[in-house]
Amino acid sequence: MTRLAGWGRFRPVEARVARMRSEADVAVALAAGGPVIARGNGRAYGDSAVSPGVTLDMRGMDRMLAFDPATGVLVAEAGVLLSEIIACLLPRGWFPSVTPGTRYVTLGGAIAADVHGKNHHVDGGFGAFVDWVEVMGPDGRVTRAEAGSDLFSWTVGGMGLTGVILRAAIRLRRVETGWICQETRATAGLDEAIDVFEGAMDAPYSVAWIDCVTEGPHLGRSLVMLGRHAGVGDLPAARRRDPFGVPRKRRLTVPLDLPGLALNRWTVGAFNAAYYRLGARKPGPALVPWDSYFYPLDAIGDWNRIYGRRGFVQFQCVLPEDSARRGLHRLVEVIAASGQGSFLSVLKRFGPQDSRFAFPRAGYTLALDFPAHDGSLDLMQTLDRITLEHGGRFYLAKDARMPRAVLEAADDRVAAFRAMRAATGAAGRFVSLQSERLGL
Amino acid sequence: MSGRVQGPVLILGATSDMARAIARDFAARGCDIQLAAREPERLEADRADLVTRYGVGVTLHAVDALDVDSHAGFVAGLPALPRVAVSAIGLMGEQAENAADMTRAATILRANFEGPASLMGVLANAMEARGSGTLVGISSVAGERGRASNYVYGSAKAGFTAYLSGLRNRLAKKGVHVVTVLPGFVATRMTEGMDLPARLVAQPEEVGAAVLAAVEKGRDVIYVRPVWRLIMAIIRALPERVFKKTSI
Repeated sequence: MTRLAGWGRFRPVEARVARMRSEADVAVALAAGGPVIARGNGRAYGDSAVSPGVTLDMRGMDRMLAFDPATGVLVAEAGVLLSEIIACLLPRGWFPSVTPGTRYVTLGGAIAADVHGKNHHVDGGFGAFVDWVEVMGPDGRVTRAEAGSDLFSWTVGGMGLTGVILRAAIRLRRVETGWICQETRATAGLDEAIDVFEGAMDAPYSVAWIDCVTEGPHLGRSLVMLGRHAGVGDLPAARRRDPFGVPRKRRLTVPLDLPGLALNRWTVGAFNAAYYRLGARKPGPALVPWDSYFYPLDAIGDWNRIYGRRGFVQFQCVLPEDSARRGLHRLVEVIAASGQGSFLSVLKRFGPQDSRFAFPRAGYTLALDFPAHDGSLDLMQTLDRITLEHGGRFYLAKDARMPRAVLEAADDRVAAFRAMRAATGAAGRFVSLQSERLGL
Repeated sequence: MSGRVQGPVLILGATSDMARAIARDFAARGCDIQLAAREPERLEADRADLVTRYGVGVTLHAVDALDVDSHAGFVAGLPALPRVAVSAIGLMGEQAENAADMTRAATILRANFEGPASLMGVLANAMEARGSGTLVGISSVAGERGRASNYVYGSAKAGFTAYLSGLRNRLAKKGVHVVTVLPGFVATRMTEGMDLPARLVAQPEEVGAAVLAAVEKGRDVIYVRPVWRLIMAIIRALPERVFKKTSI
């Protein structure tokens, strides 16, 4: 038995974990008959990848099987990390077409959560660049599900609940350099931030850090960061000979759990004010290495420990286009008034996406962390309610505590998902603590 | 040998977690890799992985550590005599079974001592004739002192450690270097499910990095996590009349 939780380290449980090194290992684990769930690198925040039965640690299946430099298609096992894909293929001029805010996620996890990146408004989610997935079903049979097939569309965003993702083929993006041309725009408030997003729908990447602490006229002031992959011509002459080389950063690690009091309304408020001023002081264009642009937090190992022993919870919802402006105002007002605003609050425009069960849809997504305690859990119930009032829905890869009724009210796709699970025999076989809690 | 490592690199017992990590580290240096195991068909995905990640040449070979008579033919049949040969062959079994069943115990002794020693011996002779090469034997801290909890495995590893030490002594002036690796606890299939203190458990990737560094720097005996040097010094220093009453 191992003590296991998600990245938020919230409510860990004693769990049975078995390392999978091959398809045969997965078949043996399934043949035992009990409930299982696949786990990648444990970066889902809540209990998505903790099974009440056996949790299958897929990191042992991390082989890259083939790469075609003519098409940019990579075939790999589910347990390979995006960081390994980048280390291997960026020097050859390829980058993941969609990447979340950490590169320490597995391929299988990225598909199961249909993760999104800063380019969702243009390109859609991770699943849009997957050609096929191979899934082991409840009977141990392996099916290669091509994009567009039933099994494929349930599996992308299906949180591992259709079967165990073993392998996939993904299309990478050609890049000329390892650098990003970034432009930062400081906005005085939330409305202006939304206006900047709306005016930048053709920017390849866009994301905003949003201040959820400050109340009053500057409510929701933001730093909107736009970006595009730099071409060789964008680099200073000295860098053109090695366009994929970027300065090596020292990786810091949080060595211990900080005391719960380290983050409070004053330290977080001071951080937000300083961060905003820093960004507002030097806005405009800049050339930024790929790792600082896409993965600022990856530079700090085990950063989840700064929230202390009780861990933290993340809230992430998406609000549809027509109600997003009103809904975001309400959400940020309530968060700022609560004094619990976090220093990692992110606002992002989503483009259209129509999927069976995946999270993204056209509109705005807001994500933020809270140290786990009674006050923040109460606040999140209020945020749930505001999200529902504005027709929004929730990101299961972040969720650790949502009640079943909230999911059902938010997402009219739940019934069809349950029916699929019952019909395929996946229900009862592929089970996470989250799927139990939400009755999926 | 010191300086930049050259291939090909032969990995014996290539299906193990440590072997996979070691193969990747040498392939990342641009070395061609020869993977050998009893069932080489199980290594197809690993071959594809090394080729895809590092663009090196990879060949697969069948070898049975227990079939000593086949070892000379196995080495002669390799596409090239390796520059570096790593033995990651090992079998722990269950101590209770190994203690009760002497047939079982003999298999453990042969798989951890006789087989790897025979393969290293054949390779040593060929490398000596060539006048260059590096042999790496993955032995174990369990061989440093016999303990009730795994003395069958431990005694075989003790034999292998002594064998490597002797090879190193014999070949020191012949251009062939021998590295003994005493990994300590490593998170592998072998230790899965054991309740081990997390600070003492290395990841297979740490073993890979340590082996590569040892080959490049010409080190003789390495522990993967330095704390093990201290732990084993203490365990070796305990007087027998004290040690025999402990349960470590």
